[in-house]
Amino acid sequence: MITYEWLYLFAGAAFAVWAALSAKDGRWGNAAFWALLAVSFLLGSHLSDLANGGLVLAMVAIAGLGGLKRSDPPTTSPQAREAHAARLGNRLFLPALVVPLTAVAGTLLYNYTPLGETGLFEARRETLILFGIGVVAALAGACAWLRPPLMAPAEEGRRLIDSIGWAAILPQMLAALGAIFALAGVGDIIGGGARGVIPEGSVFLTVVVFAAGMALFTMIMGNAFAAFPVMATAIGIPLLIETYGGDPAVIGAVGMLAGFCGTLLTPMAANFNIVPAALLELKDQNAVIRQQVGTAVPLWVCNVIIIYVGAFLLWN
Amino acid sequence: MNYWPLAGIAIVVLGFALRFNPLLVVVSAALATGVLAGLDLVAVIEALGKAFNDNRYISVTWIILPVIGLLERYGLQQRARSLIEGMRGATMGRLLVAYLAFRQIASALGMKDIGGHPQAVRPLVAPMAEAAAVKTHGDLSGDARDEVKAMAAATDNVGLFFGEDIFFAIASILLIQGVFEAAGYPLTPLELSVWAIPTALFAFAIHSWRVLAFDRRLGRGAK
Repeated sequence: MITYEWLYLFAGAAFAVWAALSAKDGRWGNAAFWALLAVSFLLGSHLSDLANGGLVLAMVAIAGLGGLKRSDPPTTSPQAREAHAARLGNRLFLPALVVPLTAVAGTLLYNYTPLGETGLFEARRETLILFGIGVVAALAGACAWLRPPLMAPAEEGRRLIDSIGWAAILPQMLAALGAIFALAGVGDIIGGGARGVIPEGSVFLTVVVFAAGMALFTMIMGNAFAAFPVMATAIGIPLLIETYGGDPAVIGAVGMLAGFCGTLLTPMAANFNIVPAALLELKDQNAVIRQQVGTAVPLWVCNVIIIYVGAFLLWN
Repeated sequence: MNYWPLAGIAIVVLGFALRFNPLLVVVSAALATGVLAGLDLVAVIEALGKAFNDNRYISVTWIILPVIGLLERYGLQQRARSLIEGMRGATMGRLLVAYLAFRQIASALGMKDIGGHPQAVRPLVAPMAEAAAVKTHGDLSGDARDEVKAMAAATDNVGLFFGEDIFFAIASILLIQGVFEAAGYPLTPLELSVWAIPTALFAFAIHSWRVLAFDRRLGRGAK
C-alpha cells in the first residue's frame, strides 16, 4: 500500500538535494535550512516529539536571522527561452497539465471504479498520492522529451524554492500553531467572548455577530476550518438554530463561506496570500491581500444577507 | 476563565503588523500561548514538534517545483504570453473573468487541483494577464505589473474558495456536516452544498466587476 510516508521520503529527498546544491553554491543558510527540513521529512516519523520540536526551532532561528537568500542557479537566457518557446509551441503546456489531470482523473477512477477495492493507496489519501505520481510522470516525460542537462530539474527547482524561501513552510507552521491554540483552549475563550457581545432578541444582529466571528476568527487562525466548530457551537447552533429557529443547512454552509471571506484578508492564510506573493516575486508581501479586500468585504455583506433571508425569512 | 492564552493572538497581530519574520512570529505565539495556558516549555515544544510533523503533507506539494522550473527553462511563460498576444480581443479583464469562471466551475465539479499558484498562476495565468495588459495599455510600470500579477493570484483564490463548496464531497462540507451531526442536526452534504451557489454567483459578479474596473483604471493610468 502506498502511504503518505512515501511522499515524505520523496519530498525529503528533494529538500536534501536542494540543501546539497546550496552548500556547493556556498549558501550556507539555505543549505542548513533545507537540510533540517529534509531531516524532518526523511526521519520525522521516527524522531521523538522533542527532536521534531528542536528541528522546528532551528529552522525558525535560521529564517528569523535572515539566513535564507534567493539563489541564481545557471539557467537559460530570456532570448533562449523565446526561441525554445517558438520551437516547442503549445506542447510545452502538456507536462504541466499531466499533474492535475493525474490527480483528478486518478481520484475519480479510484473512487468510482473497482480500482478502489485494490487498496493500492492509503484510505482517503489518494489525491495527494496521485499528485505525487503525476509529478514523477511529468518529470520523466519532460526529461525524455526535452533532454535537459542532468542537474537541470534540481537546479530549476532550487531557483523556485529559494524564491519562496521561508514562506514554503509557513502554511505547515500555521497548522501547528492551530494545534497549540486548540490545546490551550483559545477557541472556547473566543466563542464565549463572541456570545457575550450579542444583544438579546435581535435575529439580524446575531447573524451579523456570527458571520463577523467566522471572518475574524478565520483571519486569526488563517483558515475557516478552525473557526467553524467554535462559532457553530458558540452561536450558530444554540442561538440561530435553537433559539431563533433558523435553517441549519443555510447557517452551516453560508457561515463557512463568511469565514472564507476572512481567509482572503489575512497573512495567516499563507499558502493563498503570502506564498503567491513570493512565487510571483512581488515587492509587497501583502499585494495579493490588497487586491482581495474589495471582493471579500462586499461578499461578506452578501453572506450576511443570504443567511438572514435564506435561513429565516424564507424558512419560516 | 484564564484569558492569558489570547496573548498568542496579540503576538501574531503585532508581529505581522511590525513585519517581523512570520515564522518567528508564529513560533513565538505558539510558545507563548502554550506556556500561558499553563503547560511547561518542554511540553509546548513537544506539542509543536508533533503538530509540525503531523502536518508535513501540507509542504509535500513543493515536489512540483522541478517540473515547473524545467518547463520555464524551455520558455513556458514566454509561450503563455505569446498565446495571449496572438488572440484578438484578449484583454486582461476578460482573461481573468474567463479564468475565474473556469476555476469556479472546475472546483464546483470537484477538480480543485486544476489551478493553484505554483502550478497555474506563476507559469501561466500571471504572465498571460501581464501580456494582455501590456497589449491593451502599452508598457506598464513595475508597480502596475505587480498589481496585475497580484490580481491574477487573487482571482485564483476567489475562484477556488467560492466554487469548491458546491462540490459536496469536499473537506469543508464534511466538516460542517460533522459539527452539525454531533449537535443533533443530521444534514446531507447535498443540502449544504446547494447553499454555496448563491454566494458563488455573488462572488463571480463582484470579482468580475472589480477585475474589469481594474483593467479600465490601468488604461487611464498607463499613459
